[in-house]
Amino acid sequence: MATESDSSEHTVSTRTMDIIVALVFMGVAALVMADSWRIGARWASDGPEAGYFPFYVGLIMFLSSVGTLATNIFSKTPDRSNFVDREQLGSVLKVLVPTIVYVVLINFLGLYLSSMIFIAFFMWWLGKYPVKTILPVAIGVPLVLFVMFEIWFLVPLPKGPIETALGY
Amino acid sequence: MEALSSLIGGFGVLGDPMNIVYMFVGIALGVLIGVLPGLGGANGVAILLPLTFSMSPVSAIIMLSSIYWGALFGGAITSVLFNIPGEPWSVATTFDGHPMAQKGRAGEALTGAFTGSFIGAFIAVLLITFLAPVIAKFALQFGPAEFFAVYLLTFCSFVGMGRESPFKVLAAMTLGFALAAVGIDTVTGQLRMTFGNMELLRGFDFLVAVIGLFGVGEILLTMEEGLAFKGKSAKINARVVFQTWAQLPKYWVGMLRSAAVGCWMGITPGGATPASFMSYGLAKRFSKNGKNFGKGELEGVVMPEVAAHAAGTSALLPMLTLGIPGSPTAAVLLGGLLIWGLQPGPLLFVEQKDFVWGLIASIYLGNIAGLLVVLTTVPLFAAILRIPFSVIAPIILVICAVGAYTVHNAGFDIAVMLIFGVIGYLFKKLDYPLAPLVLALVLGDMAESSFRQAMLVSQGNMGIFWSNPLVGSICTLALVMLFWPLISKVKERLMGGPRPAAAE
Repeated sequence: MATESDSSEHTVSTRTMDIIVALVFMGVAALVMADSWRIGARWASDGPEAGYFPFYVGLIMFLSSVGTLATNIFSKTPDRSNFVDREQLGSVLKVLVPTIVYVVLINFLGLYLSSMIFIAFFMWWLGKYPVKTILPVAIGVPLVLFVMFEIWFLVPLPKGPIETALGY
Repeated sequence: MEALSSLIGGFGVLGDPMNIVYMFVGIALGVLIGVLPGLGGANGVAILLPLTFSMSPVSAIIMLSSIYWGALFGGAITSVLFNIPGEPWSVATTFDGHPMAQKGRAGEALTGAFTGSFIGAFIAVLLITFLAPVIAKFALQFGPAEFFAVYLLTFCSFVGMGRESPFKVLAAMTLGFALAAVGIDTVTGQLRMTFGNMELLRGFDFLVAVIGLFGVGEILLTMEEGLAFKGKSAKINARVVFQTWAQLPKYWVGMLRSAAVGCWMGITPGGATPASFMSYGLAKRFSKNGKNFGKGELEGVVMPEVAAHAAGTSALLPMLTLGIPGSPTAAVLLGGLLIWGLQPGPLLFVEQKDFVWGLIASIYLGNIAGLLVVLTTVPLFAAILRIPFSVIAPIILVICAVGAYTVHNAGFDIAVMLIFGVIGYLFKKLDYPLAPLVLALVLGDMAESSFRQAMLVSQGNMGIFWSNPLVGSICTLALVMLFWPLISKVKERLMGGPRPAAAE
């Protein structure tokens, strides 16, 4: 039973994930070094060029990621434990995906309306709350934010067509 | 006794009743932030920073630092009652705090934790009061090479003292430096790593990164654990408080030891988290009741809290005197100073006396106020924790989005925050440290410009970093720190210690 659930929940090992992240780091480092080299990473007549410092930063990043990569590949005791259970990954995605949608929505509907939809959706979908519990929270939080930011502290937040229609 | 008279002047600044109000508001918000998952000292202060732009710098820093003290206190509540560390530095508090709560001694554990926090902070602020002016005066003579040496020491200590793999510390740190370099180069005006993108022109603001890494990342991690809050109820009354206080004096040796560990780890950027673990370990080894640790020993609650709070407070010392923060939260406060037009560093003590001493005085008062607030309001905050996660999580994410947006009034930053959230989640899972990344992002530009200035002075000769005994010894110490993991391995080999795997 235990072994069966283990195999079905297995995604990737921590070691694999470590190797992937180290490779991504090396990619980023290569990008940093390439761009710094492009704008000049050497010594000009008036001192170090703009890319001088970032180039070496990229170099250290590259070398240290090679180190992480090497320790993971050549380790005698590799960490083969599961990086994340399938179920756990599911719950993480349940937060992450709606949040991504929320961030995209802010660009179209403004922050207040998007927050309202986001909170309501979250409570309905994950919390399974009845409408009478959802509505006060989903409307109350953006309202408090509105009073606090727009009126009290005079900090404008992104607004969409609805707020414009209401005269803000 | 110049420090004392300056301090009295500082208390005069606090005479303004509004500042006292801000202090209590800050403490209450801070405890709330410390209790809620996904909101902590660093990102809590980062989110609230834009709200303080309209205040005077003195009121603003008092409120923001009070939030920090509140968050430090708040972390203990969740650790003891719910066995969930609200903050990384209160992990060690759960070891004995939660067993005590299970035995029905929650009130005692909380009183011990709060009082321990208070004592730690008090010792650290005494240190700041008397040491800061001396260091600042000394640092007035620093040139670019000296400043770069101190930056180097700061970053190398992360490698030498971190519990993570040195390769990962370096990778996280250099990522911070690289991100800091994005945008317009301050010296030559050239565009760096913008790849033709207008949004990248502004560069990455570390406040947005902090909100993403610590806020969104934390929510994702909490979600993964499938959190169900099952807490013990807390009853604190005056009798329990006084009974606990009566027990504390006999631990004075241990408390001094923990405070020393905390101050040291706070000034060098080891941070509050390792300080609390180290202090717990030391207390366990030296205490008469060491074998009872982990089963609910009051000493095991007090010691890590003393160290964590001492470290959290003393992290402000290098921030104020040298402009180099000792922790991510101190870094955020430093960011605030820059926004208010105050240049942190030794000159602050000369040019902004009111500000500096007002802040230091507010640390004293803020911690007294904090102790009173937490002792009286624990049941209230414990009740907040019973709100289900499916309600709290979206609200915190909304607050994070608002916080990220208000830094520059840029919608793009909300997306950046989300990306940092995913990075924060991956880094936590893979043991990449977040603090070096944040500090490198904050200090990147300053470290770079001091390096380039030093290079200009010396015409590109690295010898300038060993040109006088002061800068030379700092640089040498930094290199020792950098190669400490290697040195300690070699030492182990030479000693013939038969524990080669223990280092991992």
